[in-house]
Amino acid sequence: MSAPVIWVMLPIIIGAFLLLLRNERSVAVIGGALASLLALIALIIPIDQALLLGPISFKMSAGIQFFGRSLKFDPVDGPLLAILYSLAALWFFGAEAAGVARRLVPLGMMIIALLVASIAVEPFLYAALLIEIAVLLSIPLLSPPNQKPGRGTIRFLIYQTMAMPFILFSGWSLAGVEASPGDLTMTVQSATMLGLGFAFLLTVFPLYNWIPLLAEETSPYIISFMLWALPTITTLFYMGFLDRYTWLRTSSQLSQAVQVSGMIMVVTGGVWAAFQRHLGRIMAYASIVETGFILLAFSLVPGKIVEVASLLLIPRGFALAIWGLALSTIQKDSKPLRFSAVQGYARVYPVATGSIILANLSVTGFPLLAGFPPLLALWEGLADTSLTLSFWLLVGLLGLLVSAIRTLAVFVMAPEKTGWTWNENRAQVIMLGIGVIGLFILGSFPQAMQPFLSGLPRMFEHLGQ
Amino acid sequence: MLNSILSWAAVFIILVTSSGLLLSRNWRWSLGLLAAQYLGSFWLVTRHWPLGMAAVKLVTGWMAIAALAMTLLALSEDDIYHQKDQTEEQFLPQGISFRLFASGVTALIVLAASPRIEAVTPGLGLPVIAGSLLPIGMGLLLLGSTSDIFRVILGLLTMLTGFETLYAAVEGSVLVAGLLAVVDLGLALVGAYLIGNSYDDAASDNEELV
Repeated sequence: MSAPVIWVMLPIIIGAFLLLLRNERSVAVIGGALASLLALIALIIPIDQALLLGPISFKMSAGIQFFGRSLKFDPVDGPLLAILYSLAALWFFGAEAAGVARRLVPLGMMIIALLVASIAVEPFLYAALLIEIAVLLSIPLLSPPNQKPGRGTIRFLIYQTMAMPFILFSGWSLAGVEASPGDLTMTVQSATMLGLGFAFLLTVFPLYNWIPLLAEETSPYIISFMLWALPTITTLFYMGFLDRYTWLRTSSQLSQAVQVSGMIMVVTGGVWAAFQRHLGRIMAYASIVETGFILLAFSLVPGKIVEVASLLLIPRGFALAIWGLALSTIQKDSKPLRFSAVQGYARVYPVATGSIILANLSVTGFPLLAGFPPLLALWEGLADTSLTLSFWLLVGLLGLLVSAIRTLAVFVMAPEKTGWTWNENRAQVIMLGIGVIGLFILGSFPQAMQPFLSGLPRMFEHLGQ
Repeated sequence: MLNSILSWAAVFIILVTSSGLLLSRNWRWSLGLLAAQYLGSFWLVTRHWPLGMAAVKLVTGWMAIAALAMTLLALSEDDIYHQKDQTEEQFLPQGISFRLFASGVTALIVLAASPRIEAVTPGLGLPVIAGSLLPIGMGLLLLGSTSDIFRVILGLLTMLTGFETLYAAVEGSVLVAGLLAVVDLGLALVGAYLIGNSYDDAASDNEELV
């Protein structure tokens, strides 16, 4: 058995099979169990190394040949695969509680498999094509049958598709730059194309306008899944570029451009979030701020990039999963998630509203919550280079904090003498409860992430040093 | 010499078809023009790829057109035009003279820029560069001037045709050819899915009004 068969082909086949099932619970349980199993295998069984089980010797081969190219996982990829599939399992188990299991689990499984394949494909540049196929597969997820596709969906399709040509061309010209490093014209062209490609993929300012639109158009649980999956893989893809090309890693201009873009995303996302009156849009802007954090992490000194960027990935996934599930829970009653429609909901949906506030505070970097340790590391890294940048980061975070306080105020504005009721079902309470406990554990004991994160720097030979 | 003449003829076909895509409002004409554009692009790709591999691009492109055509054929003309009226952007000039002017400007920019790009990246060939930049420019123009799903998909397919023509000159991997074919076909299928949803919705709106 080879690693790509287990982590790429098997999920695609099972995902296609799950499309045929009608029962929401069965789909969620099978999908969640398979994703958990794949995460467990990634943690336990080493890739391309012999494993002795009593008298039996077992070895999982690293790669397969595919049309003259290869899909190949390195032994150091195990922790990353575990992170991706365990967070996907969290989403798949919660999909039944959100009422979207039959849409999310089969397509989500295939999307994750394609994104995982993008880590394994060699040359790594072809990842852009696999990411594009994953984007195309996500369209039926974002725009359900019999629902007119909105502007957000169309912009998402356009922007993500436009990223692919830029990245493929930048890869080709980067090879030219490597061959003749003194050619300034070619260097500028390559960097511009690379920048444009990643600006589209990572939805850098001002290309993020589809995110708030999509958050209004589609299920919050599904959009939260996409807002976790795509930027996470894009982050790893970008780190692959930095690791591969020395001149990109050492270019101070590129680092500054990334830093400015990241800061603009943090500040604009945070400030816009403070003025929103739609809960889905607040989550969308919070995810934009999180992407800004990742960009800021890319601008730190090379030794810290992998450490801080990877530290941001797990809390982001956790917070978005909880936020999306909680929004889906309260959306069943009020279709538009506007402030006017959810006023006083703290007494009607106490667990869901509490989870929304905690997820929002976690993204804000509130102490004891999952977002606090990575933000502390990021802030520390930024403060080493510039106090002005630290101040602007504070402005963005204050914007998110204001949005959390406004949301809380709306939730508790119930008419007098309104009684407390409990409208979440058991599955929703269990999933939200587990998620909230996870937020506190990751915030209070960040070392819990170490088994997953300790191996990540080894994935990037130069960047991780 | 003959090859050069044929290559420039392919560029001319691409110029006419990509401009026509910008001007045409009839879906049958638009898909016909796109089919002719794939033919022009196919000829330019054969300059760098073996005939068999280049034919993959042509066949995939025509399959994508067939998928879109079958979806649109299943809808009534009333539904399509009712929907188009609803989605037409009003903040941009939409007249035929404006679109003609915009496509002319794009063509001029491409023709002026092609020799310079050829100087930077020798070996690609001037017809290949011009024949790829034209659909990229026209595709972007189409994407920027509409929010109608059918035309957005046409814009994306046009832009990708240009990109693939240029990329074929620098990358000859079978895997890339295969994955790009999957992307083209996937884009058409996604387009067919979105068009179906969009026009079904318009049809149900009409029924409610009646």
